[in-house]
Order: sequence, then structure tokens, then C-alpha cells
Amino acid sequence: MNAYSFTFADAALEARHTGALFWPAEKLLCVSDLHLGKAARINRREGRMLPPYEVTDTLLRLEAEIAATEAETVLCLGDSFDDLLAGAELEDEPREWILRLQAGRRWIWLEGNHDPAPLDLGGETLADHTRGRITFRHIAQDSAQGEISGHYHPKARPERTSIRARPAFLICGSRIILPAFGTYTGGLAARAAPLNRLIDDSGLAVMTGPRAVALPISACAAR
Amino acid sequence: MTQLPDPISQWFSTRGWSLHPHQLAMLEVASEPATLLVAPTGGGKTMAGFLPTLAELASAPSEGLHTLYVSPLKALAADIRRNLETPVAEMGLPIRIEDRTGDTSYTRKKRQRADPPHILLTTPESLALLTSYEDAPRMFAGLQRVIVDEIHALAESKRGDQLILALSRLQAMAPGLRRVGLSATVEDPGAMARGLACHPDPCRVLVADPGPAPDIAMLDLPEPPPWAGGGGRYAIAEVLEAVRQHRTTLIFHNTRAQAELFFHALWLQNDDDLPIGIHHGSLAREQREKVEAAMVRGELRAIVCTGSLDLGIDWGDVDLVIQIGAPKNVKRLVQRIGRANHRYNAPSKARLVPANRFEVVECIAALQAAQENDLDGDLKGPGPLDVLCQHILIRACAGPFEADALFAEVRTVGAYADLARAAFDDCLEFCATGGYALRAYDRWQRLLMQGGLWQLRDPRAAQRIRMNIGTIMDTDTLKVRIKGRGGAPLGEVEEGFAATLTPGDTFLIGGQIVRYENLREMTVEVTRRADREPKIATFMGTKFATSTELSHRILGMFRQPSWPELPDHTARWLALQREVSRLPEEGRLLIESFPRDGRAHTCVYGFAGRNAQQTLGLILTKRMEEMGLHPLGFVATDYATLIWGLEPLSDPAPLFDIAALRAGLETWLAGNAVMKRTFKTSATIAGLIERNLPNAQRKSGRQATFSSDILYDTLLKYDPDHLMMRITRTEAMRGLVDFGRIEEMAMRVQGRIDHLTLQRVTPLAAPLFLEPGKVPVEGAGRERLLAEEAERLMEEAGLA
Repeated sequence: MNAYSFTFADAALEARHTGALFWPAEKLLCVSDLHLGKAARINRREGRMLPPYEVTDTLLRLEAEIAATEAETVLCLGDSFDDLLAGAELEDEPREWILRLQAGRRWIWLEGNHDPAPLDLGGETLADHTRGRITFRHIAQDSAQGEISGHYHPKARPERTSIRARPAFLICGSRIILPAFGTYTGGLAARAAPLNRLIDDSGLAVMTGPRAVALPISACAAR
Repeated sequence: MTQLPDPISQWFSTRGWSLHPHQLAMLEVASEPATLLVAPTGGGKTMAGFLPTLAELASAPSEGLHTLYVSPLKALAADIRRNLETPVAEMGLPIRIEDRTGDTSYTRKKRQRADPPHILLTTPESLALLTSYEDAPRMFAGLQRVIVDEIHALAESKRGDQLILALSRLQAMAPGLRRVGLSATVEDPGAMARGLACHPDPCRVLVADPGPAPDIAMLDLPEPPPWAGGGGRYAIAEVLEAVRQHRTTLIFHNTRAQAELFFHALWLQNDDDLPIGIHHGSLAREQREKVEAAMVRGELRAIVCTGSLDLGIDWGDVDLVIQIGAPKNVKRLVQRIGRANHRYNAPSKARLVPANRFEVVECIAALQAAQENDLDGDLKGPGPLDVLCQHILIRACAGPFEADALFAEVRTVGAYADLARAAFDDCLEFCATGGYALRAYDRWQRLLMQGGLWQLRDPRAAQRIRMNIGTIMDTDTLKVRIKGRGGAPLGEVEEGFAATLTPGDTFLIGGQIVRYENLREMTVEVTRRADREPKIATFMGTKFATSTELSHRILGMFRQPSWPELPDHTARWLALQREVSRLPEEGRLLIESFPRDGRAHTCVYGFAGRNAQQTLGLILTKRMEEMGLHPLGFVATDYATLIWGLEPLSDPAPLFDIAALRAGLETWLAGNAVMKRTFKTSATIAGLIERNLPNAQRKSGRQATFSSDILYDTLLKYDPDHLMMRITRTEAMRGLVDFGRIEEMAMRVQGRIDHLTLQRVTPLAAPLFLEPGKVPVEGAGRERLLAEEAERLMEEAGLA
């Protein structure tokens, strides 16, 4: 099973095994927290030199998702760039790559805490975006309904097993929190604070990986 | 004969003491550039090391640092300082002695750099840190001697490589520096001496009288040991009896987990309430110090312990060592035996307790090797490049340097004597730019070349480099503490173990059963329980692999027509194996295939040691999956790997082709967790991954940090020939992956495979069915299990 299909705010959605969310009726592909340029930012700030292949890897996977879903709208849920400078200093090759991916479809960058302003990278930059009963934004708001957000990089694994945690979608009646799609991203356990406040116990986690695997939040490990 | 200065010789004569011959010999060769002293514990080894220093300082008092003493343990540095201060004070010598370790206060450390003592006692890591300061040349300019204590404990690890690299730096700052190594008995003192000396200087080896032969034997046991497993709990009554008959007994175990289980079981049978403590590396420091203090006061009759007591502190009154479980390595056994009776000229007494039937054979083999003093040595490869990368960064912290000069300096280190310039340049390039095929970091290089000298681009980087000095990798552990305000710290468990706990689970730590309550700020909170049995066995621990030499000895024993030296039960077992199948032979590979419980089983007697047999299991099951044999799982011990699956194996030959095994290592094993762990260790040592971060950064959220596995996967995909990946492949030849021993096995058997197809399980294979640590075959099967588990949970929760 490559995706977990479910209904949320009257919309039929698919949580894909790759960490992308697809809304077939709208042909909308949503990814969160790409953190492009993270290796470059770490180098700039700390001097460390991580393998500089994460932009390539993230864009390759994003390209494959766009091709697989034939998305007409691509919506990046914020923190697409590790900081504004990482966006501004992006090399020519990935920059042109992104522009190529944007051709022929609508492309929306939502602002995140890492990239809170428009970038010179095509597409439109918005603070949030609403379609039907669903609102997309970077960070979840406490009392929101029908909200899709990112920011926390949730991950999950079943309790009492030695299976390692994987990036996961968290889904409950009022909101969905997307896993980070970027290659160089860590994660926060599904039941750790503040996620436990945002997603109630009756919710689900959908683990990414070779297949999309859904399990109850209450059966996820606390860390 | 060398004349001792008056205050020192008077001090000896008023006590009616005379120098040991090796102490005199050390004085006589004091002016030579390098000396290695091999002496048993209790032989006045440390005094032998320091006497030349005391003599020189007594006859020609000088200012500044004269002698640097390096020991593998912080506690040992402090202990030696106390033991040295007393005689020095009694001799009336104006010699200042101080120690410097991670525990020394900041102000004291700062003062030591400005105004160093005559004798400074430290650890390899603290020394590496000292050489990273810009004022290091001033501090070490007058250094005369360096003494490396317990060098045998350092020589086989990367700590030793780092230490000798640091000595090469000291030698450049103090060209007259003389090196002294103090070692317990080792198999090849010549090799150790070459590793100590400033290459190509000679190094004299002095071997002290080893004293009387130790009294070692198997502990007399009425019952045969169980067929499988470890821990030796069946022998508790006899162990208690031995404790009763001796003053103080050390009871060694190979793993912390087994020490805990044994200790717990021991107390359930300790009807006389003999005072017995436990000591291992996972216990909180407070707990360990309590046990050490009680031991020094002579209040304990026995300590259940692990390798944490292999070294150092002189316990004095120990008169019996009991080794539970096969010692796996003869040298370690001999060194452990040396812990009994620190009185020179009294024989050490040791007893062995095999934990299972196969270990009976292994214990006898080890005992014979120890009696013949036939010690095993690990072939030490050339100096590791991850340690060299760290050395280059440390050098850069101390100020600008010339690449040619540093290369020449590194080649004076024995382990790096044959280092190619290209390999050095790769390491330098890695430190400077990351060394990636895709050049991405030219703007923010870590090291820059200016005016022919390499230097840190940003001098503030020195702080981060200094915070991450060292080659000791703590596995990721979590602290365990009694729940509640000011709850007592109990020790540590591995993160992987903590991850499997849910509230209510009980486990053993420090000899007590505790209940897991919750996890709070990376601390496992527990409450005490009065249960008799823990629900979950216990946390993991490192497992040693049986050494190559010991494996050969066991194969040699299998050639005998009968086994009068073995207990009857074990001899009968081997004879039965010979009758229904055959015994493994040196120079051939025995493989048995037989059905059991509707599954096809194959047992491979590679005798390559636990880690290599485990890796072999991973590679073979993958190949068998490709061959359509549907393997389901395997289990590995030091001598064999047992694989089970749906289809029987008909022709094993293609599986053991060395090229095929190699391909297994390089293709799919590359994605395995053991390779990722190997990578993490090297990448951390080389400075790609930082263990310690400045305070401000540590506070950033957990979602900001990502695991080293991601870096490994990325490199494997986009830059598989990167220096870090090459280092990882080199490291995989030993340690956890231990592919070197698979190759050794493949060479040894040269395709001479004896494949026996049998109707039922054989005597030698039977115990493997009882071994813990069965490994399910990874891949499609595992994903299916996860999916089924998730489905079950969804249904239970009414969500499906």
C-alpha cells in the first residue's frame, strides 16, 4: 500500500508512503519542511561540512512525487528553506530545477518560521491558504478546525517494539500534521509535547517508509 | 650500578626495602629514548616508572614540567598521585605533583597551564586537549619524560593511536623527550615497543620476573552446565562456598547484563549474608565509588564485576578470581588472574566456571593456553584515519601549521609509519573542505591555506573541536533514577533497551529490581520493587568474540581421539557428535543441513567469533533469499551460525565463494544497521558529527537534530567513495562487523566444504536452538510483520 486513504473535512485525502499528502479531487500535492540548504546553513553557522547532497536528494524525491501524482498544484507548507539566506544563495542548478518543476502548475510557498518572507524563486508566497473547509498553514493553531500544518516533524513507531521511529503523519478530527519531507530533518515523537496537546488520543499516526502504515496514536511509543 | 640520590636511597633503607631488579634496570636505562617495562601487577611497576624522575629531580632540581604520566583511567591518575605524594614528602623532595583529568576544576586547569607542576598525571584525552592550546609549546618545552601506564589497555584501541599521535606533538615541542611504557603481560612486547617509540628510534624492552606460575583450574562443580546460554547461575552454591573460603574474591563476568543477573541470583542464595557488592560501567559513579570505598576498607568479601575492574586501582587483599563464562581471550584471562594477589611472589589463584556445555571446551582450551603462556593478539592494522583527522583538527587549534611538517611528525608514530602522503592529504582535505566529490564548501572552509600554512578559517571553531576531543564512543545511554524529588541515580541503560520499555515493566539494575515509570528529560524514572524475578531479562551489553587463537585451539582439541581432560559429560557429547555427524576441523568448513519442526535448518561451523558469525548470518540469509530458499531467521554464537527457512540448502559452495561474500559486504550489507553504527563512530571521531555542542545549541528542539544514519545513506547514494565511507569499510574488517575474520575463515577452508545432509538435529547444533538473540531476516518479511501488527492495533482501537 503506497498511501493511506482517509476523509478529512469532507475531502478524500491520501497520506503517501513518501511523506507527501495528496488531494486527488484538487490534484493538489502538499509537502512540508523541505529545509533546502540545511547543509549550507550548518556550514555557514557552525563550520561543519555535512555531505552536500541533501538538496539534490530532496528535489529528486519531490520530482518523483509530482510525476507519480500528476499534481496541478504543489503546496509547500513552510520551512521550505532552512533560512532566507539558504534560499537566496541556492546554487544555479537546483534553482533552475525548481523553476522547471513549477512549469505548467500552480506552486505555493507558505511562509514558515525558517523562511518568513517571499523568495525570488517563482510561485506565490502566502501566509496560509484555504481550500473548501481546509486551511493550510505552517504551524498548527490551538483551536483550528480542518487544518493541515507541518513544523513539528512528527515521527512514530509502535510501542513495545524495537522498530525504529519513522517520519509520520498525525491525523485527528480537527487537524493533520505532516512529517518533514526534507532529507536532513529529524523528528519529534508523536506523543511528545506539544504534539500530544494538538492531536488527541483517538487520532492516528501514518508511518512513512516502504509502505504507509497506519496505527492508533495511543499505540505509538511515547518517544 | 646507578647511584640513587641520598634522600631516596635513605628512604628505602630506613624501611628495610631494596629495589626490585627491574626498578634498578629502569634507572640504568633512564637516558634511552624509549623503554617498555613488562611486569606483573604488584611488582612495583609504577614506582619503577617514576624512580628515574625522582632521581633526576632530587639531584638537579628544575622548574617547569619534567614528567608527564598518562593512564587510561581518571581514577588511576588520582590514585597514583596520592601514592606518589606520600613517599615524595617523606623523602623531603621539593617536587610538585598534580593530576589533570576531565574532573579537574577550570581554575586549576588554567593555573596548571601557566605554572605547570614537576609531575603531571593525566589521561590520553586530557593530554590531546592540552596539545590543542596555543601556549602548549611553552608548557611542554622542558618536558623530559613521559610515562604511559597500563599501555596494554590502550595499545589495542584508538585511544592508544590518539595518545601516540599526541606524543609526536610533544616530541616536536620537546625534542629530548624520553618515553616509558608500563605494561602487563602481552603476547608481543616488541610490537608494543615499536608502537611506543618515536619511529624509527629503538625501544628497549625490560621484562620483570613474572613471579610464580598462577594456580588456575576449573571450579569444581557437581552439576554439568546447561546446554546453552550464559551467566553461570547453576554454579552459585559453589561460588558462594569459594567466597566463604577466601578473604576477598573478584567474580568476573563478560557482560554487564550477566553480572546483574548473577548478582541478583547470588543474593537470593546468600544465606550467610556475606557482604558482596557489584561493580560495572553502567552503574552510576556514586554507586561505583561506594563499592570501591567499601572494598578499600576491606568490608567486602566479594565483588561481582565486569571489565570495569580489569585495570588500575590496587585492591590489595584479593586472593581469588573467579571467571564466569568462557574468557573468550587468553590475554584478558591472564590479566584478570593477575588481579588476585597483588603481593609480588605469591601465586595468583583463579577458577573458571563455564556457562554452558560448549564453554567447557573453551575454558579448558583457555586454561591450557594460559598455562603455556600462549597469549592471543589481535592483528593491529595501520593507524586509523578517523583518529588522524581528529589529530589534524587538534593541531589546527594550536595555531597555523605546515602540511609537510605535520606529515613528517605523524610518520614518527609507529602505527602511521607507512602512511601514504595521499592518505594524509585526503584527511587534510576532509578537515579543510569536507572532501566531497561535489565541492560545496569553498566559501566556508574549516581550514584555510595562507602563506603556506594551514589554519582555522574561524578561530572560534577551536572551541567546538576541543569539546569533541576523544575516541571513546559511549553508546547512546539514558540515566536511570529513582522517581521523585532528588531520587537516587542508579546507572544507565542503552537507549535501544529503554525504547522497548512501557510503564510497569520491571528490570534489573545495580542488583535491584525496578519498575519503569516514565521518561522525563532523557532520564528513565523507576520505582523499587520487591519482586523475585524481573519481567524483562535486562539491558544489553557488549559481547566479546572468542579470539582467533582460542578458536584454533578448540579446533585442535577436536582432532584428539578422546578427551581425558574434559569432564565426562562434555567428552560424551563430542563423541556422540563424531558418531552421528563429524567434528569441525581446521582447514575445512563443516556445514550440516537437517529438518526440524517443518523448517529446513543449516548450521555453519565457521569458528570466526560471534561478530563475524553474526555478519555471516546476515550475508548468507540475503544470498539464500535471492536463491529462493526463503530464510526466516538465524542465530549466531562464537563458533556457528544456525539458519532456518522454508527450503533446504542443497549446494552451499557458491555461498562461500570469497568473491560472493565480499560482494555481500559491499552491496546489501552496506545498508545494514551494523555498518551505520560503524560509520557513526568513525564520523564522530573524525569530526563530521559532533557529540558535544555549545550550550546555546543544545537547547534547540529535538526535531532539529537528525540521525547519522541519514548522512550515511546520503553518502552511500551520492558519494560512496568519500573518505568517511572508505574508513567505514576499513573498520568493518574488525569490530562489530568483523569481516576480516570471515575472510580469514574463507582462506582457511579454501573451498574445502563438508556439507552433511542429516535426518535430525546434531549434538553440536542442538544448543544453538536454545541461544537467545535470534535475528529475523530483514526485508519484505519484516515489513509484513509491521503491517500486521499495525492492522491488529487499528482493529483493537476500533479504527480499522
